[in-house]
Amino acid sequence: MTAAVFGTSVSRLEDPDLLRGQARFVDDIDPPGLLHAAFVRSPHAHAAITGIDKTAALAVPGVHAVLTLEDLRPHLATEVLAVGLPSPSYKQELHRPALAHDEVTHVGEPVAMVVADSRYVAEDAAALVAVDYEPLPTVADCRAALAPGAAKVNRKAPHNLLAEFDMGYGDAGARFAEAAHVFRETLWQHRGGGHSIECRGNVAVYDSLEDRLTLWSSTQAPHAAMRALAEMLRRDENQVRVMTPEVGGGFGPKLVFYPEDVVTAVAALILRRPVKWIEDRREHFVASTQERDQYWDVEIAVDRDGRILGVRGSLLHDHGAYTARGVNIAYGSAQCVTLPYEIPAYQLNVKLVLTNKVPVTPVRGAGQPQGAFAMERLLDRVARELKIDRAELRRRNLIPADKMPYTKPMKTRGGIPVVLDSGDFPKCQNEALARAGWDGFRTRQASARAQGRYLGIGMANFVEGTGRGPFEPVRVRIGPSGKVHIYTGAAAMGQSTKTMLAQIVAEQLGGDLANVTVTTGDSAAISMGIGGFNSRQAVMAGSSAHLAAVKIRDKTLKIASHMLEAAPADLEIARDRVRVKGVPNMAVSLRDIARAVAGTPGFSLPGGIDPGLETTESMVIDPMTYANGTAVVEVEVDVETGAVRIERFVLAHDCGRIIHPMVVDGQLIGGAAHGIANALFEWMGFDDTAQPVTTNFGEYLLITATETPPIEIIHHESPTPLNPLGIKGVGESGVIPTPAAVVSAIEDALSPFNVHLAQAPIRPAEIVAAIHAGRPR
Amino acid sequence: MKPPPFSYHNPKTIPEALALLGRLDNAKLLAGGQSLMPMLNMRFVLPDHVIDLNQVDGLSYIREAGEEIEIGGMTRQRDIEFSDLIRKKCPLMHEAILQVGHRQTRNRGTLGGSLCHLDPSAELVTVAAALDATVLVDGRNGRREVAFADFPRSYMASAVEPDEILSAVRFPVWPDSHGYAFVEFARRHGDFAIVSAAALLEEDGAGKILRTSVTIGGVAAAPVRLPAVETGLKGAKASPELFREACEAYRKIDALEDVHAPKSYRQHLAAVLSRRALEAAHARAQQRPARH
Amino acid sequence: MAETRKVALTVNGQGYEKEVEVRYTLADFLRHGLGLTGTHLGCEHGVCGACTILIDGRSARSCLTLAVQADGRQITTVEGIAPSPDQLHPLQQAFRDHHGLQCGFCTPGMLTTLLEFLRDNPDPTEAEVRVAISGNLCRCTGYQGIVAAALDAAKRMRETKTAP
Repeated sequence: MTAAVFGTSVSRLEDPDLLRGQARFVDDIDPPGLLHAAFVRSPHAHAAITGIDKTAALAVPGVHAVLTLEDLRPHLATEVLAVGLPSPSYKQELHRPALAHDEVTHVGEPVAMVVADSRYVAEDAAALVAVDYEPLPTVADCRAALAPGAAKVNRKAPHNLLAEFDMGYGDAGARFAEAAHVFRETLWQHRGGGHSIECRGNVAVYDSLEDRLTLWSSTQAPHAAMRALAEMLRRDENQVRVMTPEVGGGFGPKLVFYPEDVVTAVAALILRRPVKWIEDRREHFVASTQERDQYWDVEIAVDRDGRILGVRGSLLHDHGAYTARGVNIAYGSAQCVTLPYEIPAYQLNVKLVLTNKVPVTPVRGAGQPQGAFAMERLLDRVARELKIDRAELRRRNLIPADKMPYTKPMKTRGGIPVVLDSGDFPKCQNEALARAGWDGFRTRQASARAQGRYLGIGMANFVEGTGRGPFEPVRVRIGPSGKVHIYTGAAAMGQSTKTMLAQIVAEQLGGDLANVTVTTGDSAAISMGIGGFNSRQAVMAGSSAHLAAVKIRDKTLKIASHMLEAAPADLEIARDRVRVKGVPNMAVSLRDIARAVAGTPGFSLPGGIDPGLETTESMVIDPMTYANGTAVVEVEVDVETGAVRIERFVLAHDCGRIIHPMVVDGQLIGGAAHGIANALFEWMGFDDTAQPVTTNFGEYLLITATETPPIEIIHHESPTPLNPLGIKGVGESGVIPTPAAVVSAIEDALSPFNVHLAQAPIRPAEIVAAIHAGRPR
Repeated sequence: MKPPPFSYHNPKTIPEALALLGRLDNAKLLAGGQSLMPMLNMRFVLPDHVIDLNQVDGLSYIREAGEEIEIGGMTRQRDIEFSDLIRKKCPLMHEAILQVGHRQTRNRGTLGGSLCHLDPSAELVTVAAALDATVLVDGRNGRREVAFADFPRSYMASAVEPDEILSAVRFPVWPDSHGYAFVEFARRHGDFAIVSAAALLEEDGAGKILRTSVTIGGVAAAPVRLPAVETGLKGAKASPELFREACEAYRKIDALEDVHAPKSYRQHLAAVLSRRALEAAHARAQQRPARH
Repeated sequence: MAETRKVALTVNGQGYEKEVEVRYTLADFLRHGLGLTGTHLGCEHGVCGACTILIDGRSARSCLTLAVQADGRQITTVEGIAPSPDQLHPLQQAFRDHHGLQCGFCTPGMLTTLLEFLRDNPDPTEAEVRVAISGNLCRCTGYQGIVAAALDAAKRMRETKTAP
């Protein structure tokens, strides 16, 4: 038998170069003649531009160009970055310009690019570009944006409502009318950033000999970037190549195509020199997309036993200043609310509202942490009011395993029915609770309180739609060297994509990872690709890789059967050879097999087999596969300072069949840490004029090792029937339930003070204020 | 985020450095670089000249000077952290330094740099105030001594004039029997404190307070000491009630407000942390009885 | 013209003499002047720790150090950690075995920081490891794999008497 690599924690292919400092990230690319760019950005949240004077900047020695939209126009088919995600809910289009020219609508919006011999000189000159601004009224708060007489975010916009839709099913009115109890919550989740440790960046190289533009870009979606560039620059797809080198983390914001991307490319076309732009951290704070600002006003209707009859309400979603990625966050928030539970009726009105802030697009979780937060806060409220244990209340409402597959009468934003395909939610919850010692907690809590210590426990469930379709192509080839090559449109940014695909393919082709190479993120290596987001690549690219590998395996065995004169069923692939089972000496190498179908001039192919040992598969899977899980968190709150310390964190989850246990753990733990940071630390502040007030890592706090607890993972494997490997996505699972569970635990710790929490993040000063407000007088 | 253009100077002696300071306009002194370098990278400061003190002789040392400990201005925070002399004679500073930044920043950051930068929440600034340190400042007319109480002039501005160099700081030593505690509240380990409190206590064998120093950092532009509170504690018998009541006074400090914390929260923390510092210092004073 | 100076320094045991602009950070000089791009820049204001290198054996942020200040110094970067091109240092191997890296961008700073730490503290507790890397941000791992790797590396290095 060949060695099994699927399902085991093999050593990652990515690691050796990364550990030695030999890996190549975008800022490590240094073509001859390289020039360096810096952007002139708006210091205003909203202003009219009345003039741009480049004179002083151009006079700086070492400056090659100062580019404004005027300079780009001859090269552009369109001046705006159009987003190709349709929705009937749009009330207006508001696309980002390649560069702002008559109006800026958020701090950090790019106005001009300076290109110079070094980044140092480019920054010197950027400070000398004189832009005349006339400040305009700003919209800093999406709640005020729709009021009559509110200032407009953009002079060209008719109003500040970007889109509106209703999500739901059932007769909420009737259900609420018959309910024994109705409870209402108003909730808020605040904005944060992606903050991959590597910021964004591009190197654009124009090859006039081949008339080809190459953009090396730190992106999660290289093929989308290629198509956007080809369209905007009026070039054929084969005249534009987008490649991703190693990508130092994505977390969502890097899936967007940005003004800086197209401007870097045009600069290389204009100057006929390679141009590099590397986003610095301050730019990341004001120019990379962000998310999570949402205001919820929701009600829950329950019967006497706490069984849910309906959920209804409204959601205001802060969309930022432009549409950079459709309506998908708000849609995802609204859609995920009810997923873990049996809820007969659901009605949510959703408004996407413009503000003079950085555009909003997915950050790890993509709206779903907010949706889970709304549902779980409502359930905690019901439990408190009806004096039912929070876990028991959820048990009564979770979808039981015997009802799978379970249809939720909703459609995804692409119009696909929402069908929960598999999973045992109650079991998952029970195991998480058992591991975290939920049942014995009240005793622990009481004895701690006797010592003046305030412990709390909280929990949250989630169900996440993963593996967004329709496909992700993978090509598998055994070359004349006998090596297995994999090419894919999937994009790698730290999630072990190469190792994952190599495992799936090697499982069919000899089990030797050392004999496999993987090429990701190169638009010239494979013609189509969708990219890395929405916990989709293991599901979509993994399934395609499996199909392709099985096909190549069948063909390999067929050729070998001719060469070895043995039936294919009697053959097996072991490392880089095909051999007759039980007769290891009767073998032929993959190298020779590949050569046998590589074609010899004048000779026919063996057995009438098609040429080559290569196939490209794009398995089409429209329905999403639904992962689920439960987070249980124990905290201690210092009621004098408001400090929260997480004492215990248990996450039980089900992502179907596991390809690489250690990588799955890594995804979950990293996601949970991100969620803890969302609950306690990350707060992107803006003042009343939409000026950002947290633009460095001293003001905006990411979580560090000393604040992150050990995270205990419990695995469940409910294989999905939707793909041949039974796998579901996992990249966002850790983050989704975490803010809800942490806040639940803090509220539990503070129960003697009658504290009710309705927001994330919740910071120490706010905890102290809540204690003072709630303390019995 | 790249530094703006400047000329670089690396004097080898204090007189050389002072001569450069006297000669050059718009010059900045570069010590450990943990505050100036970020400000350069962000172009918050645009000096024409950077005078690097890292090669100046004789500015890095920790030594006993009579009844005091003298520390050179360019002494790295790391050297303070690992100094046995500091641990033994000035345990408050040892406790505080462990909460200053991270290993990488303490390896470079200096005592003088921290004091001159004068971030309101910097631990070493609070320690210097707590210990009634004396700052030794060199200028063209020789050396002058500045009591730390007079050192902060205004928000992030010290008594060191533009043509002077902070060359050393002297810290009075408390008796071996004293109790001490440096308590701070920061959002994460190693962050600047939102509020810090340093307490020093000398007690007699029966728990009567003979002498105390209580300092609040991070609440106002400069560390706050309230003489009335310290005087009030003197002669009283240490107890939780005493400390709780006395520390209420710190709730009334006119506090700063920023993205990390509103004014009222800083005031609240001042009262809480000063009480905790006094309680911890008292516990230590009890464990370290006076030698008779 | 921009002011430059000649610097002579040793990086990973190899001597270099180069003219450098006085305002260049050591990070930029290592990366673009010497082509040692293993040292990464994540924030350029001294918080993220990705650019951590060793100066005469002591960890420092290379974004907060000027290249001219490295004159006459011994610098160690991530490229200088492995004993040979086909062998990883025990610390690197432990990172691989414990999934102590995902995207790998923070990894150079984590490795250099831990190298100094394990030299000072060859038998650390988990809490001590967490404090040691509290000045290094990682957005991928939740730190758990890194902490496990550091503890395991310490054990392996004690057992094999490997110097950090």
